[in-house]
Formats: sequence, structure tokens, C-alpha cells
Amino acid sequence: MKTTKPAADGLLSSAKLWTLTFAPLCWAAHFLASYLTSAIYCAKYAPADGDGLPIRIAVALFTVIALSLIAWIGGIGLRAHHMGETKLPHDDNTSRSEQRFLGFATLLLSLLSGVAILFTALVFVIMETCH
Amino acid sequence: MHQSSFQSALDTAGKGAERIAELFYWMAGGATLIWIVTMGLAVYAILSRREHSVRMTRWLVIGGGAVVPTVVLAGLLSYALVMLPELQRPAPEGSLTIEVAGVRWWWRVNYIDNTGRRIPTANEIYLPVDQPVEFKLTSEDVIHSFWIPSLGGKVDMMPGRTNRLKLHPTRTGVFSGVCAEFCGTAHAQMRFRVVVTDQQTFDDWLVGQAQELAERREPSANTDPADVHQSAAETQAAIGKTTFFSRGCSACHAIRGTPADGVVGPDLTHFGSRLSIGAGVLDNTPENLRLWLSDTHRVKPGVQMPDFQTLRGDEVDSLVHFLGALK
Ligand code: HEC
Ligand SMILES: [Cu+2]
Repeated sequence: MKTTKPAADGLLSSAKLWTLTFAPLCWAAHFLASYLTSAIYCAKYAPADGDGLPIRIAVALFTVIALSLIAWIGGIGLRAHHMGETKLPHDDNTSRSEQRFLGFATLLLSLLSGVAILFTALVFVIMETCH
Repeated sequence: MHQSSFQSALDTAGKGAERIAELFYWMAGGATLIWIVTMGLAVYAILSRREHSVRMTRWLVIGGGAVVPTVVLAGLLSYALVMLPELQRPAPEGSLTIEVAGVRWWWRVNYIDNTGRRIPTANEIYLPVDQPVEFKLTSEDVIHSFWIPSLGGKVDMMPGRTNRLKLHPTRTGVFSGVCAEFCGTAHAQMRFRVVVTDQQTFDDWLVGQAQELAERREPSANTDPADVHQSAAETQAAIGKTTFFSRGCSACHAIRGTPADGVVGPDLTHFGSRLSIGAGVLDNTPENLRLWLSDTHRVKPGVQMPDFQTLRGDEVDSLVHFLGALK
């Protein structure tokens, strides 16, 4: 067993909680950006044959940005998770353990969001037109 | 003609429906497989007394809980997406175009012929087999949804918007269409018949639909004395025509070639050739037509046609003759 530090040390770090939400927020932003762009483009600017190349380029760009941000936050999560010499689950009543837990959760959420973003992007890979 | 009395998305007769059924079978098969494996593992976990290595179980959780679902979902998503562009692509230029509007609780149909003229009909759609058809769908009141399960997917009909749908029938027969979006009291009785025929039959049908009432009336050169019955029916029909106007049916119904030009209800110019009455609710027989005219609201509660219970029996008879003869 590890040493249990006094509870005062385990104050909830709000900065860490926010990093937890960052990856799903990227996913949400990517989703909205992709679909809003295509809705507006298809309704207002698309040529008669419905060619969607500009949208696909835009979505590719959104995807690269979103995935880079997620990779970055996922990396931070991974480092927090590996911090020190502990094994899962990170459930000691210490602020270090809490940080490791939040890091691990951030990492998992990053993976989930990354997959979801790829799924969203897949739609635009296959759909060539506005129809 | 073969009558498919029930509608099923798995009893396919069109390209769209075939792809959708294929997707369904893959999903049903895959789901069964996953169910069997999951249940098998659960039963194994209950019965097994052996120790298992922590490494192995951890991989099982990560593999079965995260990797497999991701791969399966990605596969299904790609499979469904790949079939979409073809289903969504408009029918080639010059294909048959049909406008359909949902009206509570029936279907206003307009065929556009190759001169661009509209040929109105209602509650029944003829299609030539092995030809792509482009539908332009809208609604005159609330949201409806146009669905012929045997031929393809469904598309919403929205007031103020025109949605499109391409269908491509692959075999002849009579199929059932429905409204697939709840639209009020008689929603469940908002149906229609779809008749898929060979090209020749279709062309003849469309020429027939384009005709007005007066054009069809051949001079009665019947000298055969055995045809007294026939001419009695014709007399009845003539009385029926008068009744149609005196009872105000013409305010809501059009019969092209006569002064009847109402647009509130279905065009009746060729009502006698339709297979059903009341948007697919009853088979089109004289008995059912009598029922429809004398007890409309019992047949179709909520219907937007007034009950004509004040019609006398002989008036109903004459109307049945008249409408039945509108081939
Ligand atoms: C207030 C308008 C109105 C009047 C008047 C009216 N109808 Fe109708 N009628 C309708 C509507 C609306 C429908 C469609 C009902 C449905 O299927 O939901 C209809 C449907 C029908 C149908 C079935 C058509 C089909 O293709 O299924 C027949 C036949 C018919 N009416 C005959 C008559 C006759 C005969 C009269 C006169 C006695 C009459 N209607 C008077 C509105 C009217
Ligand atoms: Cu409906």
C-alpha cells in the first residue's frame, strides 16, 4: 500500500477536470463544423450537380485540426496516467492519484473522440455530392 | 395480376429495397452472432471454475469491449454509406417524373409527360418495370412520408419543400404504399396502390389517364338487342352524373372534360380504373363504393369528405354506376 497523504492534498484541481472535457468538446465542434458547413454550402453555394469537393476539403481540414488537438490532450493525459509508480485503478485518496485518474480518463476519452471524429469524416469521404 | 396483399420491405421488387434488405440481413446475422458469442461467454463465466490469467481477461475486455465494437461499427457504417450515393443519385435526365403531394389523408399525383404536361390522378401509381423513376414529393398540410416498402426507402413530404426520391422497380406486380409519418386521425388509412407493369401497358395506361371524359365517350352504335342491360347501366350513369353535380361533389372533385373542377379531393376522371377507394382503404367494388358514399366516416374516421347520409338509395346507385364507369 502507498502512503495516504492528508485529504487537504487531494483538493480537486479544476484545471484537470476541464482537460477531461476537452476531447469530447473537439468532437462536438468537429461534428457541428462539418455538418453546418455542408448544410450551408449545399443550400446556398453548391452547383447544380451538387458537387461537394469544397466541403470535403473543409472537413479534411477540420479533421486534421481536431485530431491534432486530441492527440495533444491525449498525450497530456497519458503522461499524467504514467506519473509515478502506480497501477490501475487510480483510487487512492491523494491528489497524485487523482491526477493519474483524470489523466487516464482523459486518455480514454481522447481515444473515443478520435474514433468518433473519424466516423464523422468517413461520411464525407464516401459522399461525393450534396444529394 | 399478382396481388401482394401485404407490404414488406423484405419482399423486394426494386433496387433500393434490395440493397436495404441486404443491409438488414447482414445486420440481423451479425447481431445474432454477437449475441451468441456474448451469451456463450456469460454462460462460460458462470459455469467455469478455472482460474484465468489476468492478462488474458484484460485483453478480452479491451478487445471485446472496445476494439471489436469499433471495427464492427466502422464496417457497418462504411457498408451503409457506400450504398447511399447510388440510392441518392437522381434518375437520369429524361426519366419518368411523378409529383406526389401528401394531403390529409390521401395522395395527389401528377405525371409529367414528355411534353411537360401534367396528368393528374390520385391514390394510385403506375410504374414501368426496369426503369428509374424520379419522384418529387411535397405536402399540402402537415408532414407526411412517402414509402413503398417493396420498392425502396421512405422520404418525408414537407409543406413548402420538394424532396426527391428515385425508385427503380425490378418486377411487375401490385404493391402497397403507405404514409410513414404520423399525420393525424386517419394516418393509418393513408395508403395507396402501386402497379408495376411492362412498358407497353404503362404507356397505354398513361395515354388513358391523359384523356378527358368527353374524349372517351364513343357514339353508342349498339344495335345488338341483347345489350338492353348495358344501356340501362348507361342511363343510370347519366343520372349519376347529374347527381354528382346537384349534390355538390363537383365542388371538391375534378372530372376533366366536365365542369367539375374541385381540387379539395382526389381527381376522379378515371376513378373506375383504380384498384382502391379512399386512398387504398377499400377494394374498388360497387358494394364498397356504395359503403364509401353512404357511410364515409365509418369507413375512414377523420376523413375530410363530408358524410352524405342524406343521399337516397337510388342516388347512391346512380353515383356508383357513374363513378364505376369512369375508366
Ligand atoms: C368537401 C369536399 C368533398 C365533397 C363535397 C365530396 N368529396 Fe369525395 N372526397 C373528398 C376528399 C378530401 C376525399 C379523400 C378522402 C380520403 O381518402 O382521405 C374524397 C374521396 C372520394 C372518393 C375516393 C377517391 C379515391 O381515389 O380513393 C370518391 C369516390 C368520392 N370522394 C366521391 C364523392 C362523391 C360522389 C361526392 C358527392 C356525393 C363527394 N365525393 C363529395 C372531398 C369531398
Ligand atoms: Cu401519415
